[in-house]
Amino acid sequence: MLNRTRLLAVARKETTQLRRDARSLYLAFLLPALLVVLFGYAISWDVDDIRMAVLDEDGSARSRALLDAFRSSGYFTITRTLERPADIDRLLDRGTVSVALVIPPDFAETLDAGGTAAVQAIVDGSDANTATIALGYAGAIVQSFAGTVRLDGAPARLPIEPRTRVWYNEELTSRNMIVPGLVAVIMMIIAAMLTSLTIAREWERGTMEQLAATPIGRAEVVLGKLLPYVGIGLVDIAIVSLIGVFLFDVPFRGSVALLMLLSLAFVIGASGLGMFISAVARSQLLATQIAMIATFLPAFLLSGFMYAIDVMPAPLRVITYVIPARYFLVVTRGIFLKGVGPDVLRVQGLLMIVFAVVGITAATRVFRKEID
Amino acid sequence: MTARGGAPAVVAEGLTRRFGDFVAVDHVSFEVGGGEIFGFLGPNGAGKTTTIRILTGLLLPTSGRGTVAGHDLMTGTRAIKRSIGYMSQLFSLYGDLTVEENIAFFSRLYGVPGARRAVRRDWVLEMAGLAEQRDRLTAELPLGWKQRLALGCAVLHEPPILFLDEPTSGVDPISRSAFWDLIYALADQGTTIFVTTHYMEEAEYCHRLALMNRGKLIALDTPRGLRAAMREPILEVRVSDAPRGAEALMAVPGVIEAAMFGRVLHVAVTDVAGARAALPARLTAHGVTVTGIEQIEPSLEDVFVALVRAEGGAPVD
Repeated sequence: MLNRTRLLAVARKETTQLRRDARSLYLAFLLPALLVVLFGYAISWDVDDIRMAVLDEDGSARSRALLDAFRSSGYFTITRTLERPADIDRLLDRGTVSVALVIPPDFAETLDAGGTAAVQAIVDGSDANTATIALGYAGAIVQSFAGTVRLDGAPARLPIEPRTRVWYNEELTSRNMIVPGLVAVIMMIIAAMLTSLTIAREWERGTMEQLAATPIGRAEVVLGKLLPYVGIGLVDIAIVSLIGVFLFDVPFRGSVALLMLLSLAFVIGASGLGMFISAVARSQLLATQIAMIATFLPAFLLSGFMYAIDVMPAPLRVITYVIPARYFLVVTRGIFLKGVGPDVLRVQGLLMIVFAVVGITAATRVFRKEID
Repeated sequence: MTARGGAPAVVAEGLTRRFGDFVAVDHVSFEVGGGEIFGFLGPNGAGKTTTIRILTGLLLPTSGRGTVAGHDLMTGTRAIKRSIGYMSQLFSLYGDLTVEENIAFFSRLYGVPGARRAVRRDWVLEMAGLAEQRDRLTAELPLGWKQRLALGCAVLHEPPILFLDEPTSGVDPISRSAFWDLIYALADQGTTIFVTTHYMEEAEYCHRLALMNRGKLIALDTPRGLRAAMREPILEVRVSDAPRGAEALMAVPGVIEAAMFGRVLHVAVTDVAGARAALPARLTAHGVTVTGIEQIEPSLEDVFVALVRAEGGAPVD
């Protein structure tokens, strides 16, 4: 039933129009690059160089050794040395420091006597995320310091010494998580935003009436329009991935072909969704706004890109199951960081194809050429 | 209601289209013969565009039946679209494509075979006088040229029936008459033309006219037949002040209607001799000088005004 000549005529027409439309070109090629550079630099969940104030009431060799342990950890920078406990309030209030460490006067004495000495860490909890991480680091530093303390001052051995090794993201830098995730988020936004303009534009400019009076079929219009945008989507995936690998040193361990193949399905789905919105809204302004809300926010917040799905409240967690970016995120992170193949991504791959089919079907079904 | 011969190109039987409570087209029936130039006349909002959209397969009728080029309006819209050309009321080609790109696009959509596309393109460029402008963006062309291009794009596939919805609205009179030359040329080649207009002088070009008002077909005949059926004599009265004159004649016995036609009055009367005697005195009494009075052939506009009045209502405007 599909006529190749008509379908390609629509694709060619759409490409020519795109080429002459600066706004679309900007959206198509500049925005993805801009977003990845911006987010790549701006978003980071790494916490280091935590500013710390110290109130050392002991002033012994032991307390200085503990402070050295903090300094050499790389996570804390001691910016203030305090004389009185009253100063702590002021510094935390003003945000001059995030953590204050108090070493009590009997610190060395208690340790030497074989007792358990306590140190106090006061953390600015107004940034809960940083506070939790800072407390975790501080706890670990004190723990490992405690392991080195023995009555005779010689290094001690803990009965069990954990040797941890992190896989896939050895340096635990959040950028390695963010950039592959961004590929998914950006694709969802760009593909849906761009296509959300296409059908609405024909309605707004009145060209739909002339188009509708020709023998062209609905599927030919939808698929013909889809073609150039899917091409743009694949180019964008390449642009964003290359920036990630070469600018941000994100590892790419998997197969380029597999990434492109699954991206193809995902981009078809996202473009179909955009066209569905466009056909329903019939106004470019309304369509882009709906596309923004329907794609950007879920892809950003509920896909597991920004927040881990496991810790979301149950109702939100349920919603994430219908967010395509959630599955594509697993694909991009898996291929970038773990180098996994089709055996691991079977389910996600299947879901990408389902998304593509649903996207195209929805757009074709809702698109009416009837003028009213 | 005779067709010009051959099988009818368009048949409408009781076509009705509602939008909610509003009846845009109300039980409209007619036939258009092959090769005929069929004019659809009426004020804005009369239902002309809705009728043309039903006939072009853009809109389904709420009730009624019909065929276009032998294909059913309900079930054969795809086949209808292959057999017709359509030029919509507003210019609706792609402004951001060049003249040639628009032609190439529509010739592919209409399924013009590859080998024939160049021939048809050159024909359209020649016909519309756009050969020099082929690489210009369509949006930059003057309206008259755009209309000719739209006409060209609508006949790329040489359809037997052409639908034109107010093709010349907003176009200057010279371009308008050039456009009608093209329509005549197409009709000479056997194309059936279905054209809506609200320009009365264009209506004179049509073989037959259908008059529509408030969704209903109120008359259907040749221009000559319509004028002949007009019972009320019309007097053309030349006066010094037409608006004032029309006002002065409003409640005069024997005067059915006084309408301004530019700087003269067209007065529909019950009795010519009586009116000839009474009118000058009445006008002079109101300070309006009469410079001439004579009976004329009713124009189509007079006919239309009279028909709408006979239906018991003012034309929708």
